[in-house]
Amino acid sequence: MTHAKGDTIVAAVAVPSDQTHVEFHVARRFGMTRKERRSLGIGLLFISPWLIGFFVFLLYPLLYTLRISFTRYSGLRDPVWIGWGNYERMFQDEMFWKSLYNTLYYTCLAVPIGVVVAMVLALAMNQPVREVGLYRALLYLPSVLPVFAVTFIYIALLDPNKGLVTRVWGSLGLPHINWLGDPQYMKIALVALAQLGAGQAALIFLAGLKGIPITLYEAAMLDGAGTWRKFWNITVPLMTPVILYDLILGLSVGLQVFTQAYIIAPDGGPGNALSFYVLHLYDNAFRYSQMGYASAMAWVLFIITVVLALVVFRWSRRWVHYETS
Amino acid sequence: MAKAVPMTAAPPAAGTARKSQRGLVIREHVVPRVILIVMCAIFLLPFYWMLTIALKTNQELGNYPATLYPHDFRWSNFKDATEVFPFWRFLSNTTIITALTVVGSAISNPIIAYGFSRIEWPGRDKIFYLMLATVFVPYPVLIVALFDIFARLPRPVLDGWSLGWEKGWINTFLPLVVPFFFGNAFWIFLMRQFFMQISPEVTDAARIDGANDLRILFQIILPQAVPAVLAVSLFAALHAWNDFLGPLLYLQQESKYTLAVGLTFFQSASQFDIQYNLLMAAAALVIVPVVALFLLFQRSFVGGVTLGSIK
Repeated sequence: MTHAKGDTIVAAVAVPSDQTHVEFHVARRFGMTRKERRSLGIGLLFISPWLIGFFVFLLYPLLYTLRISFTRYSGLRDPVWIGWGNYERMFQDEMFWKSLYNTLYYTCLAVPIGVVVAMVLALAMNQPVREVGLYRALLYLPSVLPVFAVTFIYIALLDPNKGLVTRVWGSLGLPHINWLGDPQYMKIALVALAQLGAGQAALIFLAGLKGIPITLYEAAMLDGAGTWRKFWNITVPLMTPVILYDLILGLSVGLQVFTQAYIIAPDGGPGNALSFYVLHLYDNAFRYSQMGYASAMAWVLFIITVVLALVVFRWSRRWVHYETS
Repeated sequence: MAKAVPMTAAPPAAGTARKSQRGLVIREHVVPRVILIVMCAIFLLPFYWMLTIALKTNQELGNYPATLYPHDFRWSNFKDATEVFPFWRFLSNTTIITALTVVGSAISNPIIAYGFSRIEWPGRDKIFYLMLATVFVPYPVLIVALFDIFARLPRPVLDGWSLGWEKGWINTFLPLVVPFFFGNAFWIFLMRQFFMQISPEVTDAARIDGANDLRILFQIILPQAVPAVLAVSLFAALHAWNDFLGPLLYLQQESKYTLAVGLTFFQSASQFDIQYNLLMAAAALVIVPVVALFLLFQRSFVGGVTLGSIK
């Protein structure tokens, strides 16, 4: 060991002038030293699976979709260039607007409600009860179960004849509502269904709650602050980064809503109440063989997602509390 | 805790002190429990109903208003559920896809995460942020192109002893499985977060001793990162098992269906008279493996979820 160390030191002392000279003239290609280029090579080698996947399964499909979006293409014959035709068609497509409206309606309800539910769950999960681990597990469990299976269960739960909710609802003397058959309530029912998966976000919120220093609460208590004030003046401000994270993630998931709607109503349901954006995209691509139009819709969805995420980010600067240290 | 109790009870106080003590007990032990139990009941109600309907006879299922629990437990519904549609076939398809997805994810993500965390190279962090940004590309945006691309990709076919190539990945498990051998942005991120927490001293020492990066990854980093690998494997398994859109798109022959697509049999077979008890029994059978996985690896799940929230 000592021997080897000695060797490197000797080598380092013996070569320097020569070494730097060579590096300066020969190895500084692309503005990098030989060592940097070597590490770049190794680094790229390690991430190469992702790089390949990025080009093959993401960047190329994205650009391919963009190209196809300017053509009429059934998937069988060669695409025919039609310029902005597909994008112009979107403006006249009633179903496009309906599906966009449904999707935004669903997202605008499901995401904020999701934040509130996750926060409430997290606060409950943070109670100093001995068997709290059990409750945490039970509240988290539904969020890892397959959405398709849970949706079938939900159908059975809300069924007008065989459902538990209808049964209880009726025995409370409330008016009969066909939650999954009446266009007025179908989206609301899906918003409620989404809350069953709030356990996942609640765990992230819980981690955030645990990260808040107790000293802050102690100081507030000395100042005579009650539970409510402590919540609004300490908990909420310090949780805003987590809330932002959940909003952005929820936004992306909400705009992609598909599985639940497809299972409940593959045709969009009565009055197309459950015709969501991705369902309309899927229909155009794989039922009507309108690959060109579906591609244009795909790009519009991509742009909507990015723009909304950026808007939320911009808006968040006003309310997200970043610790200044 | 046990020591603290007699201290608070010690003061020979009058009724008011005892009363406030009782208030404290209620506030700290009873109220939170009641709230938590009510919440759990709401969240588990759908699954109670799933089991209730799964166990009802056809006759009881026809009762109106619906009975709140099965009066006559019909356990054979579970057996019948596996017979009204090709359950075992779909189960084996789903299991194969899940296993391959887990293998691909467990191999690729640690290697890529290593390149993003334990090696310094110019431009690394820029590419890392690019990778993180790709999380925002919704999968449905890509489905049209991916379908077209997968339809054209050649797949290897073994014909006796000779290897041939056939066109098209559609109707095979390849489109569902192969992408996971190239890593997943979010899971790479989770893995990287974990790798960054491992102290650099150990790997620096190994490097001085002449170990190359592959050896450092497999002999030093990975043994310490078992929880992260486990968490990513679990997420991969969940994704594969729970995926609906992927199998719906790429698997068109019934013999290739997964359970996700297979369950829709109940709807298409009889649009107006869905056999709810068998459907719920089938749903329960689909859910049971996930619940079992969850109970076995609860800690890893929770660890994985919270790993993502660390900034």
